Amino acid sequence: MDFVQVLRDEFMGRFGERLRIEDVDHAKRGCHLDITASGVDIEEAASVMDGLGFTLEAISGIDWPAEEAMELVYDFNKMAEGGRIAIRVRVSRERPEIASISKIYGGANWYEREAHEMFGIVFSGHPNLTPLVLPEDATFHPLRKDFSA
Amino acid sequence: MSVDATTIQGETFVVNMGPQHPATHGVLRIKLTMDGEYIMNAEPVIGYSHRMQEKMAENRTYSQYFANIGRIDYVGAMIYNFGYACAVERLAGIPVPERAEYIRVITSELNRIASHLLWFGPFIIDLGGLTPLLYAFDDREGILNLLESVSGARLTFSYFRFGGVCNDIDDDFVAGCRAFISRMRERLTLYRRLVTDNIIFRKRVEGIGVIPPEICRKYGATGPVLRGSGVAYDVRKDEPYSIYPLLDFDIPVFGECDSMARYRVRMEEMNQSLRMIEQALDKLPSGPFMAEKVPRILKPPKGDCYFNVEGARGSFGIRIVSDGTEIPYRLKLRTPCFANLSLFEEASRGMLLADSLALLGSLDLCIPDVDR
Repeated sequence: MDFVQVLRDEFMGRFGERLRIEDVDHAKRGCHLDITASGVDIEEAASVMDGLGFTLEAISGIDWPAEEAMELVYDFNKMAEGGRIAIRVRVSRERPEIASISKIYGGANWYEREAHEMFGIVFSGHPNLTPLVLPEDATFHPLRKDFSA
Repeated sequence: MSVDATTIQGETFVVNMGPQHPATHGVLRIKLTMDGEYIMNAEPVIGYSHRMQEKMAENRTYSQYFANIGRIDYVGAMIYNFGYACAVERLAGIPVPERAEYIRVITSELNRIASHLLWFGPFIIDLGGLTPLLYAFDDREGILNLLESVSGARLTFSYFRFGGVCNDIDDDFVAGCRAFISRMRERLTLYRRLVTDNIIFRKRVEGIGVIPPEICRKYGATGPVLRGSGVAYDVRKDEPYSIYPLLDFDIPVFGECDSMARYRVRMEEMNQSLRMIEQALDKLPSGPFMAEKVPRILKPPKGDCYFNVEGARGSFGIRIVSDGTEIPYRLKLRTPCFANLSLFEEASRGMLLADSLALLGSLDLCIPDVDR
């Protein structure tokens, strides 16, 4: 698909060695490109996606205690062309912090609040990082693997 | 006239709509900052029916979680069955027999019509017309009876299995479907004359609640909300799954971006679903409805995958991460209502309170789908 190539060129030109782009079989994995971009400024990456007309579909957190890391998967979709790009970023589990992209994508606001309450990931620059679906005074992070009720 | 909460001190007030309010269709609370009858800010407060569905997935096997998936968007539960079954089948590489694919599409499209009917009636009630609900529920009853006859449930279906469905459809079901299709076509004409062409209804929805396509893109809105803003995106066409590529159907798109456009999309979608069911019934192959030798306890290989289906309210996506055990390591539910509601704050700014109900109703929210 055309937009996959456009995106690959744009990302390689801008970030080069700092990311790893993996072509994946859509029929098996549900996306076209799987980009591991831990050393990349996520705000800049999101601006590129925005400029290319992508929609932010979801932000999913994943906890990897054995690797001392938290992973965030940003799913982008090019609507009407049916293409999905997953951008993966890992942050340290000790101090999970990453820039917010809610200024670029309004929809990221809620996804980031959710990842914050569920995993304790801090999104710097977020306008209102309070619990979204949990009680307003919740201080626990239920989707962490070491959480017990 | 532009108003701003900071400049007119003491002229604004805050009022809560919900969490117990008939127009929020469930336990949704909207914190409204009002200037008289005009909305200056409307912040949705969600989580009142949050059940931690994603954590529950990390505590049970893949098949045990089937009972949960029909309780996320319980109005369109069959389609969520579809999404979850396909996601796990993709991860574990389970083939699905052809007959099962047809049964899945028939039951899902029936459920889509039932879901749209459950939106249609209450939406008109929001706007002050009580009667259409009674007609809509009569039709919906016919669908629920059909689905009950094959799945045993009327609302929270767990009809699908990995590799097929749990029960075959018989001649009675096929005959019942055909009778329903011909009846429903007449009813859609009735709805057009009763509601769509009604001048009072049109004054309440035309030009009201405009959502530009750019807002849809920024917030990830999908489904009839996006198609009512002129974007022809439908998962069944753009990321085709199952037997949808073999069926002849159109994607209704209306470019007016208002509540009427979203209304028209859903009404036309019911017609298209009828076409799909009819074709699937005509082509229904014989054969098994379950794949052979699907293990009772699934252990998909390590890795992750994404699968999305066109739910009644938009694109429903599941990302499953497997660590090779019988329990999902992580299961992310990307639900359409979550994204569709998140744009409400921006889209409702400056509207009259009474008009914002037309906007809220036209989003077709299912609150358990927002909260999960």
